[in-house]
Amino acid sequence: MTPRRTIDVSRLPTYAFGHHALTWWATWSMILMEGTMLVILLISYFFLRTAVPEWPPAHTLPPNLFWGTLNTAIILASVFPNQLAKKAAESLDVKGVRLWMIVTLLFGVAFAVVRIFEFKNLNCHWQQNAYGSIVWFNMGFHTAHVLTDMVDTVVLIVLMFVGPIEGPRFVDVSENSIYWNFVVVIWLLIYSVIYLAPRFL
Amino acid sequence: MRARQINWGFLTWVALVNTTVAATTQSSVDPAGPQAQHISQLWWVMLYLLTGVFILVMSLLSIGAFRRRSKAAETSGRNVIQTDSLRETKMARVVMGGVVVTTVILFALLVSSFIVGRTIYSIPKEPTVLTIDITGHQWWWDVRYENQVASQIVTTANEIHIPVGRQILFKLNSADVIHSFWVPNLHGKTDLIPGHPAETWLKADRTGVYRGQCAEFCGHQHAHMAFEVVVESEEQFQAWYESQLKSAPAQLTSSQSRGLQLFLSKPCVMCHTIQGTDAGGKVGPDLTHLASRQTIAAGALQNNRTNLSRWILNSQDVKPGNHMPPIPLNSEELNFVLDYLESLK
Amino acid sequence: MTPETATKTDDALHRELEKTWGDKPGIWGSLTSVNHKTIGKRFIVTAFCFFVFAGILAVLMRIQLARPENHFIGADLYNQIFTMHGTTMMFLFAVPIMEAIAVFLVPLIVGTRSIAFPRLNAFGYWIFLFGGIMIFVAFILNVGPDAGWFAYVPLAGPQYAPGKRVDFWAQLITFTEVSALVVATELITTIFKLRAPGMSLNRIPVYVWSILVMAFMVFFAMPTIALASTSLILDRLVSTHFFNPAEGGDPILWQHLFWFFGHPEVYIIFIPATGFVSAIIPTFVRRPIFGYTALVLSLISTAFIGFGLWVHHMFAAGLPKMGQSFFTAATLMIVIPSGVQIFCWIATIWSGRPIFKTPFLFSLGFFFVFIMGGLTGVMLASWPLDLQLHDTYFVVAHFHYVLIGGAVFPLFGALHYWFPKFTGHMLSESLGKVTFWLMFIGFNLAFFPMHILGLIGMPRRVYTFQAMNGWAGLNLLATIGGVVLTLGVLVFIINFFINRKRGELAAENPWGASTLEWATSSPPPSYNFLHIPTVAGRDTLWVQPEDQPVVVGIRSDVRQVLITKMLDAEPEHIDQFPEPTIWPLLAALSATGLFIGSIFNPWAVVWGSIPVTVSLIAWFWPKGRKAEERPPKEVQQNLGEQKLNAQEEAA
Repeated sequence: MTPRRTIDVSRLPTYAFGHHALTWWATWSMILMEGTMLVILLISYFFLRTAVPEWPPAHTLPPNLFWGTLNTAIILASVFPNQLAKKAAESLDVKGVRLWMIVTLLFGVAFAVVRIFEFKNLNCHWQQNAYGSIVWFNMGFHTAHVLTDMVDTVVLIVLMFVGPIEGPRFVDVSENSIYWNFVVVIWLLIYSVIYLAPRFL
Repeated sequence: MRARQINWGFLTWVALVNTTVAATTQSSVDPAGPQAQHISQLWWVMLYLLTGVFILVMSLLSIGAFRRRSKAAETSGRNVIQTDSLRETKMARVVMGGVVVTTVILFALLVSSFIVGRTIYSIPKEPTVLTIDITGHQWWWDVRYENQVASQIVTTANEIHIPVGRQILFKLNSADVIHSFWVPNLHGKTDLIPGHPAETWLKADRTGVYRGQCAEFCGHQHAHMAFEVVVESEEQFQAWYESQLKSAPAQLTSSQSRGLQLFLSKPCVMCHTIQGTDAGGKVGPDLTHLASRQTIAAGALQNNRTNLSRWILNSQDVKPGNHMPPIPLNSEELNFVLDYLESLK
Repeated sequence: MTPETATKTDDALHRELEKTWGDKPGIWGSLTSVNHKTIGKRFIVTAFCFFVFAGILAVLMRIQLARPENHFIGADLYNQIFTMHGTTMMFLFAVPIMEAIAVFLVPLIVGTRSIAFPRLNAFGYWIFLFGGIMIFVAFILNVGPDAGWFAYVPLAGPQYAPGKRVDFWAQLITFTEVSALVVATELITTIFKLRAPGMSLNRIPVYVWSILVMAFMVFFAMPTIALASTSLILDRLVSTHFFNPAEGGDPILWQHLFWFFGHPEVYIIFIPATGFVSAIIPTFVRRPIFGYTALVLSLISTAFIGFGLWVHHMFAAGLPKMGQSFFTAATLMIVIPSGVQIFCWIATIWSGRPIFKTPFLFSLGFFFVFIMGGLTGVMLASWPLDLQLHDTYFVVAHFHYVLIGGAVFPLFGALHYWFPKFTGHMLSESLGKVTFWLMFIGFNLAFFPMHILGLIGMPRRVYTFQAMNGWAGLNLLATIGGVVLTLGVLVFIINFFINRKRGELAAENPWGASTLEWATSSPPPSYNFLHIPTVAGRDTLWVQPEDQPVVVGIRSDVRQVLITKMLDAEPEHIDQFPEPTIWPLLAALSATGLFIGSIFNPWAVVWGSIPVTVSLIAWFWPKGRKAEERPPKEVQQNLGEQKLNAQEEAA
């Protein structure tokens, strides 16, 4: 057999952050899919809106601005601990990761609690009309993403205490932070459409 | 082998295409009005042009495939043709040429589409326009001739009469699901979408009876939701219109009278209207002039005594799933009812 | 290098790799496998079975339509059958089989040991299978969907489609779009990050480009139908009003959402099929494909333009005329990149030396049928003409010409071509030729008459027609053609069963092809390549020198996989891939419970999410440490600095 030339890769790292990591690709795939779904949902909102003369329909108030705005503030604030968690992960700082993920989670919990008040003060019901249906769909879509990301976060926090603590887990934390940022961004879009657009556009 | 295949294909194409000219009364290639005429012309232009394109491309493919056939043994290992950059460049130019020709043809087709589209929508409307409201139901057509004067409104079902040579406005609506109003000999189709009233203009340049059919799947009996457009001279149309304005005959034979009584006591009266009687149901077709129509059950059956009795006794047999229940009548009762219905000219 | 010709060291390496990468034995092994070839093969077979079921439904339809006012099948059953035929073909056969073949082939073609996210791959198969089982059970129990594969509202809404029929349809969408999306994620990641060193993006075969483009299209199209079907379920289950005109909703919204997905859907099916053609033609004309760059750019432009055509399905719906002309223009425009592909293929054939074996015959058949379908598509693109042809048998003819011509013919070519790689045996060439001719003749006999039927007034989706219309003769001809087409498929199935275990043994590269999947045994070992190859150019096996380097340094006692850079495929880092596991199956089962439960009760979403969450957590929970840990360079530097700082502070 002709002896083959070789390339030796034995000293390469066994994990990587950012777009080098396969997990990053999975995260961004999710972002693309869910983002597309949201964009189409928002377009549908405006499609339905242009089909009727009054929006919200007669005798319907837009959603209560206070709870929605409060929650927007909470979720925006959560970006800070979230970014700190990401940085800690990328420096393999276990203590930092534990701390900042827990803080982010607490913001998430506060958000979820305020979300209950938001739902109670939407001033419409999905069974009333298309307006009510699409407002609730948007809110439900976002809530589902918040809850699933919170479960994700809890699992990672537990792992960061219980172990095994190794490189790929830090990558998971970093990617989870990106996904949380996505959840924040889609909230800003939904908030603008559900809370602000009927009042100002 | 390939070339022979193609020639056979082409000849069959030509033969079959020419059989389409053997017209039916539901054919888009036998236009009886200007809209269908323009569209039909576009069809023929596209057919011949694109058939030419097809033959050209398939010829190139055949020649390319057959010029240097290989024996099976030559698929081994590295027996590969080396590409020569001069030839590759020449071929690239040919391919580019093909792309340019394709683009030009497509552009020409775009322009002709645009022109035909504009033409069919600018066929002149007339000052005194006849307007017909069509409402699609599962699985029949409600037809109502608009008029400012209430007593001049004609309501019928499944059969539309129009005078030849006049542009008629059709206003289209649906009472339930999406249907589509289509008379191929006269024009393309327009969907009837609940919440989205639509309009279409039809004009027929020659008399005759043209069949239309629902062209959007609307449930169980979509297949049996046809209608007829009877195009007649102005005088014939006026005569028909006058007779349609009349109420049901008041003078009845005893058999017909018994038939009317049965009609009013059976479920019939819950769904059907007969002007001049107590029957005012709005769920099913207006039957005031049932006997003047060529077909019944939205074109599913010819209108004769046998079919009428079949339909009344068990319409589920003819159009399973339709909204008319079987009407149990013994043969004597049935005869009375049929006698009455046959009086509704 | 195959195990048989290996040296002793190679033999030992083979044994170790086989132990590391092989599936566990028996049924447990089948249920826990995360091997892309195991999963790919079962995926292909399952999708093909759905093809056969849907084909049988079509034969039943054709028998009913063989005569006017036939009483073979009644209205209700016929409406269920045509709905099931379309739904099965589009959601359970066409997209899944393209993805399935890619699942098997792409890791081999790009020169790696595994598909990315192997557990997700297993999950993607199971969720597809369970969805398919659900809809067929519903059909057999007479609760199959009956509102068409496109389920227009209000017909498919709560008022006019009572019961659960349409809900099963809508939930089938959920199953199949989740499957399509996860597989698309794996394929994109595999193509971008797992390529063999040296396989820069401009060296990947056109087939791989077609899969990449298809996967991105899936990302943008599937979420739209997911949104649509979810809204429909909500309208039906909890009385929302998205599509109810009486309360501000709009049936046209459904049409926009459906077709914004529906049109790209057909390109999702067609583009991988063009990839097959681009793989088969060079092999059978013995020269590299002509116009590589043009072909790749055509794929990408087809994908983009394909998202801008959807309103051509709605020309009769009364939208503003100006907009309609735009969509006529866009629909005509997409012919240009398709034309580029066709001309490049013809140029390849013209300057090659064709060998008329079955895969090549199917490619030639593809040209004839697909081009004819494309040209009738040009006719339909013109909105005035479409007003006559829309919703008639002309459209039925058109889309069967482009789908069967454009996807099924290349698919059968691909199945004959890659069969030796899947199974290690050759299919019979003579039976292959019989298959081709029966399918070609049968198809044209069945569908050509339908062009004429549409022109002379026959609408679609009708369970019967009347003799007076003059449609009887052509319908009978179409039925006969359908039977001949079916015979062709039957011959293929017979060929498959005779030869899958007893056919002539296949060498590594029986066709003398140029791509990497042919550089390992037929079928490949569980680990794909004894040594990960490196790549010197496009048409790899035709251009590489005898001593082309291989990769060493990846451990063979654990599932290590080389990750390379996105553009130029330079080695970047090493990942450790998961062992076989039962959790993807359990997650799929719990998701199935949630999806089917929510057809009957909205609370199923809440309660059903508990087992789903549990199985997903168990899935991702690490099972022990990785075999090695070497941090990335930046981290090493930072850690080094931290150590220095700590030492300074301590001092």
